[in-house]
Amino acid sequence: MAKTHDPGLGEGLRDALAELLASQHLAVLATHRDGQPYCSLVGFAASPDLKGLAFATTRSTRKFENCLADPRVAMMIDSSRNEDSDFHEAIAATAVGEVAEVEKTARSRYLRWYLAKHPHLTDFVMAPSCALLRVRVRKYVIVRRFQEVSELEPR
Amino acid sequence: MKRLAIGLEAVDPELRMLVGGKALALAKLIRLGHLVPRGLCVTTEAYESYVRQTGLHEQIPMELGRKSLHEMRWEEIWDVSLRIRNAFLQRPVPDRLRRMLTLAIGPMLSRGAIAVRSSAPEEDSSARSFAGLHESYVNVTSLADALDRIRLVWSSLWSDAALMYRKELNLSVETSSMAVLIQEVVAGRSSGVAFSQDPGDASRSVVEAVHGLNQGLVDGSVQPDRWTFERRSGQILSHAQPKREVFAAPGRSGVRIKRLPPRKANRRPLSDVEAHRVFRLARDVEDAFGVPQDVEWTWKGRRLVALQARPITTPSEGRPGDRRAWDLSLRRSFENLCGLRRRIEQELLPAMEADARRMANVDLQSLSDDELLAEVEERIALHTKWLDVYWTDFIPFAHGARLFGQFYNDAVRPSDPHEFTALLASVETISAKRNDALEQMAWRVREDGRLYGAVCRAETEDRDPELDEMLDAYLADFAEGPLGALDPVEARAAVCRILQNLASCPSLKSLRRPRDREAMEKQFLSAFQGADRAFAAEMLDLAKASYRLRDDDNVYLGRIVHELNRARSEARPRGLPVPKPRYSADVLRPTAREAAHPSHQAAESPQAGFSVNPRQLIGQPASSGLADGRARTIRKAADLFQFESGEVLVCDAVDPGMAFVLPIAAGVVERRGGMLVHGAIIAREYGVPCVTGVTDAVNRIPSGTRVTVDGYLGIVTVSS
Repeated sequence: MAKTHDPGLGEGLRDALAELLASQHLAVLATHRDGQPYCSLVGFAASPDLKGLAFATTRSTRKFENCLADPRVAMMIDSSRNEDSDFHEAIAATAVGEVAEVEKTARSRYLRWYLAKHPHLTDFVMAPSCALLRVRVRKYVIVRRFQEVSELEPR
Repeated sequence: MKRLAIGLEAVDPELRMLVGGKALALAKLIRLGHLVPRGLCVTTEAYESYVRQTGLHEQIPMELGRKSLHEMRWEEIWDVSLRIRNAFLQRPVPDRLRRMLTLAIGPMLSRGAIAVRSSAPEEDSSARSFAGLHESYVNVTSLADALDRIRLVWSSLWSDAALMYRKELNLSVETSSMAVLIQEVVAGRSSGVAFSQDPGDASRSVVEAVHGLNQGLVDGSVQPDRWTFERRSGQILSHAQPKREVFAAPGRSGVRIKRLPPRKANRRPLSDVEAHRVFRLARDVEDAFGVPQDVEWTWKGRRLVALQARPITTPSEGRPGDRRAWDLSLRRSFENLCGLRRRIEQELLPAMEADARRMANVDLQSLSDDELLAEVEERIALHTKWLDVYWTDFIPFAHGARLFGQFYNDAVRPSDPHEFTALLASVETISAKRNDALEQMAWRVREDGRLYGAVCRAETEDRDPELDEMLDAYLADFAEGPLGALDPVEARAAVCRILQNLASCPSLKSLRRPRDREAMEKQFLSAFQGADRAFAAEMLDLAKASYRLRDDDNVYLGRIVHELNRARSEARPRGLPVPKPRYSADVLRPTAREAAHPSHQAAESPQAGFSVNPRQLIGQPASSGLADGRARTIRKAADLFQFESGEVLVCDAVDPGMAFVLPIAAGVVERRGGMLVHGAIIAREYGVPCVTGVTDAVNRIPSGTRVTVDGYLGIVTVSS
């Protein structure tokens, strides 16, 4: 039986989340402006403690503008493969938190994590017009087994 | 081009994954020159085509993935398996596949009845062989019936037994499949099983034989004659005869157990010469296959026909605490359950009541210290004895309701696989009668405003002596339940609180779900003709008895627990060395022997740097409806009496002693899973939404949390 059907007793939620964040390259970022929600696909990387999610965007984008206007954002990462089996196999995590540009003191660390995952984006991230942002996660809402929902909050 | 059906004579070892182990073994017997019933194999490609076209290939993993199978009790796995089985029954074979199967099977049916047997590629290989994992049907006479049975054999790939042994079987949604063997039925005069090597003694062989078909022998409802042979020489060592009473015979369709005519009852099913021929057959088959074999056979006139052969495997001991074999032994045949019912109703319950009565009549205070200690010892022994009976007789008898469920679903084809429970719910259980008594009292309080005030102050004596007497009777009757754990003043106050709550609600009778059970029963019985209808009525009657006992047995056992605790409480203040009972004597869970078995509790690994909060918990939808309310989480008996109307009952396992809060509960959430557990039964009776099988419910949902109970989908949502 596939592992996802039967995770057993030892496999905890945090481990499942860590595996998901490591295995996925793309996330859907939700921002809003004047009450109008807006979604964007972004390449992301998580900090090893899973409390920060980094992504890069040029400063002229709508999402960047929205983030500046209201830092409250959500980000969804999931393991679906556009197949029927997604309904029982896929896991989805929605991170809720506040976004800001990564501060200077943390930039080299976040760059390292980000580029380790997306080496082909080096030129893009290093361009002066590109910003490296980080979502400080207040809460993860994790859905497994189609409808089982749990929340993980950083302590 | 797909190969959907292959004649047995054309099967060779390369086709194993297409035809499965059973078909492969029979093909080999044909090549060796043994007489085998004519047949063909519906291949695994037909199964795969069916599940793909009907969407079951995704529905099955969704059903299996709702909750970790590790965390499920056997009852829940049985429920999952029933839901999958019903999903197969609900989906007809798509047209093109049906036409192909009709072309293959039609000609065989025109010659006579057929058998439809499982032949899984994973089953019956020499490494693993588990009898009774998958279904087989004998005496199928129509094409429609044949297509039904094929679907049921397919669905048995996901039987409860198969799911429990999923690791050993490498059972996987992605790769597992099922072939089906279609064979002519050879209705022999005697049939049986032969073990070329006795599983208990390698120097011997065994032949077991019965009159008629061997289905009765295989499922344990017919006792066989048994011969043992010296394996090397073939010399008969012994022949044991049972009391021959019944035999299995083809019915209008399927197999029925009938009484043996006296002429046959006095005659053994085989002569020694015939038994020896069977022994030789088993030895020849072993020589051909290279490992000891279990061979099913029948004598048709003077011809010995081999029905199937598979390697003998002795069940492995399993790791300590592996109770799967025990769980599966709870599946009993109709005949076995009828015998069990007689024993329970005529012997066990009266004896248990007599014991409880005798203990209740002992004036403990008047006993000397030595006498009291002896009394405690005796009560511990009785408690142990009756708890053992609970496990060996009462729990297996509960399977009667399940057996009926499957029978009902086959006949009625309801979209809800648990619809049958509505037919059983008319049964008056002890807890339902107690709730009626409560309602009578609540009615008086509702009618009289000043009485309501007296009840609030637990001062009913002066205001309404009759109510006071009713209260006394209720308290006395309820002594074994959670109320018995309180002192008399507290218990009285607790019941007054309940009455107060009840009096501010509509009458309980009106809460009970109105259902036209008579019409439902009629509709069920009308699906059968003649003798089959009488059998269906007997099956329903058995199921009702099983359902009632499932609820009442805890009350009977609770009386024994109460008497044991009464004696221990008397001994403790005297400073006597009170011995401990062998099994837990918890009034909330009088059957707490469960704790003696390893139970799979939720165990999350440490979530470094994070705290975990449940938001949506998944269980089984056990009583439909949607409810919203504050959780009242029960950790000890006293919590029950804090229960306010409109709250959601959250507990480890609903005991019949807790039934009184159900009518005023908005919803029920329990850790113990299953459609036939007490909580589910009582919740359905009162139309209260209920979700069972919520892992670690008591720890994940603290009292006071706002929860939504979705009894349609089996989801509990916890508000933050």
